[in-house]
Amino acid sequence: MREEGIRSILVNSNPATIMTDEEVADVTYIEPLTVEVLERIIARERPEALLPTLGGQTGLNLAVELHEAGILDRYNVRLLGSSVRTIKLAEDRQLFRDLLTEIGEPTPASMIVESWEQAQAALDLVGLPAVVRPAYTLGGTGGGIAHNLEEYERITKSGLAASPISQVLVEQSLLGWKELEYEVMRDGNDTCITICNMENLDPMGVHTGDSIVVAPSQTLSDREYHMLRNSALKIIRALGIEGGCNVQFALAPRPDVVGWAGSDEAECLPYHVIEVNPRVSRSSALASKATGYPIARVAAKIAVGKRLHEVENAVTRRTTAAFEPALDYVVVKIPRWPFDKFGTGDRTLGTQMKATGEVMAIDRTFEGALQKAIRSLEFGNRSILWEKPTWTGDPPMEATDERIWAVLSSIRRRIPLQVISDRSGIDPWFVERLARIVEMERTLLSEDLTPVLLREAKRLGFADRDIATLADRLPEQVRALREEWDIRPVYKMVDTCAAEFDAVTPYFYSTYEYENEAPPTARESVLVLGSGPIRIGQGIEFDYCSVRAARALQAAGIEAIMANSNPETVSTDFDTSDRLYFEPLDEESIRDLLENEAGDSGEAPRTIVQFGGQTAINMAKPLTNAAMPIAGSSADSIDIAEDRGRFGEILAELDIPQPPGAAVTNLEDALSTANAIGYPVLVRPSYVLGGRAMEVVQDANELVRFFGAALAENTGAVLIDKYLVGPEVEVDAICDGVTVLIPGIMEHIERAGVHSGDSMAVYPPQHLTDEQRDAIVDYTTRMALALEVRGLMNVQFVIAPAADPNGPGVFVIEVNPRSSRTVPFLSKVTGVPMVQLAVNIMLGQSLIDQGYTNGLWPERALVAVKAPVFSMSKLVDVDTFLGPEMKSTGEVMGVDFTFGPAVRKALIASGLDVAPGTPFLLSVSNQSKAEAVPLIRMLHEAGCRLYATEGTAALIQGLGIPVEMVTKRLNEGHPNVVDVIRDGTVKAVINTVEGGRAAAQRDGFHIRRSATEMRIPCFTSIDTVRAAIQALAHPDSYEVRPLIEYRDGIRP
Amino acid sequence: MSLLHTTERPPALLVLADGRVFPGVGVGADVRTNGEVVFTTSMTGYQEALTDPSFRGQILTMTFPLQGNYGTNASMEESGEIQVRGFVVREMTDLPSHWHSTETLHAYLAARGIAGIAEVDTRALTRHLRSRGVVMGTITQDETAEEALARLHAAPDYATLDYVAEVSTATAYDFTDPLHALGPQPDGGTPPHVVVLDLGVKRNIMRILRARGCTVTAVPHLTDAETILSLKPDGVLLSPGPGDPMLLDHVTTTARGLIGRTPILGICLGHQVIGRVLGADTYKLKFGHRGANHPVRDEITGKVYITSQNHGFAVDGDRLSDDARVTQRHLNDGTVEGLEHRNEPVFTIQYHSEASPGPNDTEFLFDRFMTSVRSLRESARGGR
Repeated sequence: MREEGIRSILVNSNPATIMTDEEVADVTYIEPLTVEVLERIIARERPEALLPTLGGQTGLNLAVELHEAGILDRYNVRLLGSSVRTIKLAEDRQLFRDLLTEIGEPTPASMIVESWEQAQAALDLVGLPAVVRPAYTLGGTGGGIAHNLEEYERITKSGLAASPISQVLVEQSLLGWKELEYEVMRDGNDTCITICNMENLDPMGVHTGDSIVVAPSQTLSDREYHMLRNSALKIIRALGIEGGCNVQFALAPRPDVVGWAGSDEAECLPYHVIEVNPRVSRSSALASKATGYPIARVAAKIAVGKRLHEVENAVTRRTTAAFEPALDYVVVKIPRWPFDKFGTGDRTLGTQMKATGEVMAIDRTFEGALQKAIRSLEFGNRSILWEKPTWTGDPPMEATDERIWAVLSSIRRRIPLQVISDRSGIDPWFVERLARIVEMERTLLSEDLTPVLLREAKRLGFADRDIATLADRLPEQVRALREEWDIRPVYKMVDTCAAEFDAVTPYFYSTYEYENEAPPTARESVLVLGSGPIRIGQGIEFDYCSVRAARALQAAGIEAIMANSNPETVSTDFDTSDRLYFEPLDEESIRDLLENEAGDSGEAPRTIVQFGGQTAINMAKPLTNAAMPIAGSSADSIDIAEDRGRFGEILAELDIPQPPGAAVTNLEDALSTANAIGYPVLVRPSYVLGGRAMEVVQDANELVRFFGAALAENTGAVLIDKYLVGPEVEVDAICDGVTVLIPGIMEHIERAGVHSGDSMAVYPPQHLTDEQRDAIVDYTTRMALALEVRGLMNVQFVIAPAADPNGPGVFVIEVNPRSSRTVPFLSKVTGVPMVQLAVNIMLGQSLIDQGYTNGLWPERALVAVKAPVFSMSKLVDVDTFLGPEMKSTGEVMGVDFTFGPAVRKALIASGLDVAPGTPFLLSVSNQSKAEAVPLIRMLHEAGCRLYATEGTAALIQGLGIPVEMVTKRLNEGHPNVVDVIRDGTVKAVINTVEGGRAAAQRDGFHIRRSATEMRIPCFTSIDTVRAAIQALAHPDSYEVRPLIEYRDGIRP
Repeated sequence: MSLLHTTERPPALLVLADGRVFPGVGVGADVRTNGEVVFTTSMTGYQEALTDPSFRGQILTMTFPLQGNYGTNASMEESGEIQVRGFVVREMTDLPSHWHSTETLHAYLAARGIAGIAEVDTRALTRHLRSRGVVMGTITQDETAEEALARLHAAPDYATLDYVAEVSTATAYDFTDPLHALGPQPDGGTPPHVVVLDLGVKRNIMRILRARGCTVTAVPHLTDAETILSLKPDGVLLSPGPGDPMLLDHVTTTARGLIGRTPILGICLGHQVIGRVLGADTYKLKFGHRGANHPVRDEITGKVYITSQNHGFAVDGDRLSDDARVTQRHLNDGTVEGLEHRNEPVFTIQYHSEASPGPNDTEFLFDRFMTSVRSLRESARGGR
């Protein structure tokens, strides 16, 4: 936009993304994405046009709402990219079907229904199995495939609830057909091109976001490829889109599927158009990275009136954007699912997307790309060789996150390939490719390693680690053999044109061939490690940090090299860094690329491990062992912070208190430690991110039960700490070895025990005493110096005055010598360029050099509240209560001049907003009843009708407040708790739990799940409730301003 | 099922006339072969490309690394035989997966005596060709690189040979295709008759004409204008074909004799021949245009089309006579992609509207040709 001389105003509620950084747009608002907020922004900024197509489904929905509220007309705002008619055409099932019929494009038999009664009637037309797709929802939320009547009823009803217009499409199932996607683009002069086609390895029936995807298609003939391409172009023309569009197809895999006897009936089998997204989508991001064609950039230029041939091809710089990328490699995308954290979640994949992120890998063989993608998933122990211990006989072939391993296992068990293909619906081509992998496994198991064999294994993508397992060596020995036999990867360029033209993109992938296109860079360079796939505990915040790090390096005149495996990030845009390696973030790949950068000199560039979350920090030790230099805090500093024993010694030396506890390796020690410090205790494995397998344990019985789970994480020791009840406080600090800057302190709204990533956090803190604040600054400063931190550090404290009667009552819970997930939030609200300062420290500048000094950066006159966002409605069987294990997948921010409006905006943006008069269901645990009393009174005063379970109802009655009792025993009469949630009687739920996870699951699981599925706010922490009720007092009195005005304290 | 184990195939070499050697393994027939080494960036359509007569005399490199995935089938053949002299790929699968596949690509090549080489760093080869230009090369299994190079240097160069004579039909024939019935007549009258001057025609051109309701007669490249006109064509199509248009003076003479006497569509080599008739020169491109992603801009409407291309020579529009104009140009290098006679129903395209392989975006140009065919028929009838 800026290149075109256009002033852009960006609105997003997400503080974690690089997008809401100030230098991206001309004006940046971090405000909730609602019609009301948008109207106020439009009224103030008076933009000429609105571009909604780059903001996903959220953007399109808002554009339609703004149009329908008459706001676009009133302020004379043009809609760019897609018209309201187009958005509705693509999203409203009936309109879309009519359009396709009109242009002669086939769609499966289907019916639009708006009630369960209509849905029953529709069954006659479409039959079972049937696909249920709700209109206007993200990622197909609320839909699914029904194989029987019972499933049909459940899914249809949840789909109707999920759709903002209570409309679902019930459709003939094309289960087992090939699924293909085309990314197409059109400009205002009706020039249309295809950027990329993609083939799902998983056949129809699995949401494309949950499918393993290959680009380009592998099993389509030229005729089929172009038949579908023609259709996609016809559709984008019919929709009149100016910009990008994604079209999904189902193609019959064999003549018998459609009842054809022979192959002479036609040259092509039938296909159906399944879905169209009239916008830049997740698939577009993948297609951009897969091809090197910057779809979002070109779409934005087209939206403002440029023609495709008027936009430069940034890759070749001598051709234009009007062409179709030619790939000379294979791309494999694998989704990253959260089932490693949600062990109880239903792992079955269907039309509702469950993945939180994805990885992509590129190679010149399919096998190589697939194996690299599997390595990129960063499932520590789940390599290509992994098999589930419970698999016996025939491993299950239904679609789950484990299916690719089940297929490999089946091949190892010599189940005929055709049988595997028939059962899974996966095209034989892919099954046969997997068979080649298994065949190589057998060879490696039985034959001696030779240069020819090792080279062949590497060409098929085998990791050194897996070769070592199979050939009975150590990974390091395999690496040594590779060196001896000169078997090293070469790096080839992603250039959009299959080498037809000389390209300037420094975008590389590894492969085992002959010519290397990435000689070491001539200038001084530093490698930035990204954070891999987005998962719970490691989100888009680290992309922000990686991108900022690259820019800081460039600003300092150093060449920034980026390594990452995630196609959804800005860090993997080829123009973010000076050189991009799209590679798995594991030891083998990072060492290979560092050796490539070292070249003949043997001197590898330094590596920054601080900004890529735990993924990157975990590389510190192996790189150090391999004599590769780390920029910033040393591997030893990192180890001290993570090693309970060593860290305890340092704290003792510094006389800084932490909750009593110990690291133990057996149950006996665990029990005696817990006895000594007293229950409740916090149990967690060391070296684990995002609180996986972390528990608050109330007694010895629970400890016995959870100790095993914690130990099973296989990270060595288990930490047993006294669980101190109190507010949690978090700081990020920057240290150059002499000076320690603390940009800000954040206070959590929920008490310690709720994972910091799932807590709402407030900047600046609202309840700290000066003494506590001073202690936090003092402890942080001394720890940073003692740990010899060079760069960033994050510390979490619990404030428990009762446990420290003679001191400030501040205890250190955790220290991480790296960038934390709060860095983008804190950078934006304080204006301190934290990543840049840290990078400059690594390059040798001091904080003083950069104009900063010791201590706490002056607090800004704003209040910012960070709130977590969950995607749990998509994960059936996952409990939603907040605990020590992190569950959120993203975050939003509410910012204002005072606390009430800020928290209200955070709640609006995170979907927890409650209006005065909202009917509430309460089910409060005994422990929190006393705390609940004032809140119940406030709810009553705010005109909220109250419903409550047995014990809570008694409490409310005792307060003299009217309440309706609803039983929580589901088989003892109606209405029960689930009924009042499902039928819409209550519009918000408060359900607090006490005790550990077991207790939580016994109690109230159905309440929470029902609330989640009905998409109504469900509060599981009394602290969140308090904040929400306080916010009720500020229904509309919030500001809407660019972030910078809040920060600079420009008050109204 | 057996896997094509590259370790079980004989080692082979691709040796270029400039001395560069690419190791690989032999696929297809175990024979030596020479040809001009070219590359195509089309990601699909290997069988259509192999059987495209325009590739005669050339060793074709596929830049997409995986070939043979969907096997082979006679319906994908663009002519009666494999036309390329050699085939270079990164990887060739012996495990195709497609409902209509009848033969693996390897077996298809082997049965037709065509040598290929797999496991080649085709990206390195492509980068070499794009920077130094296309070059003669040879695939061999039983010689050293030096021996192969000496043999190659003694062999005739691609540029000196008239491949049209090899690929054109020996005798005239009416094109029929059981899979493609003659399309209906919009006016219910007799079908228009299009004569195709076969310089190396692809079947899909004739299928498309049939689908538009034409009867199609293909005639040998040496057929002169009077003989063609004696067939009473309602239009003549000058087909694509291999090699240098400068070697085709006889065809140029034929084309000159047709202009003004019947509607003409020239495609690829046919376009170049007509370009020469219209006063233009032709020249050899450094590494040609071969692929399914070539953007062509219509000079009149400003619209850009993605086209399928396969040519090593191009028309230089500078000395075009006043009777003609350039209608389309390649968006990347500005080369001439379309010509039009200002006064007569003659237009030409450098690219392949018939696709196969490639996009169908410009198939409407056949409709444009049909419009001039039908309107001339109308006026002829009216004049009668």
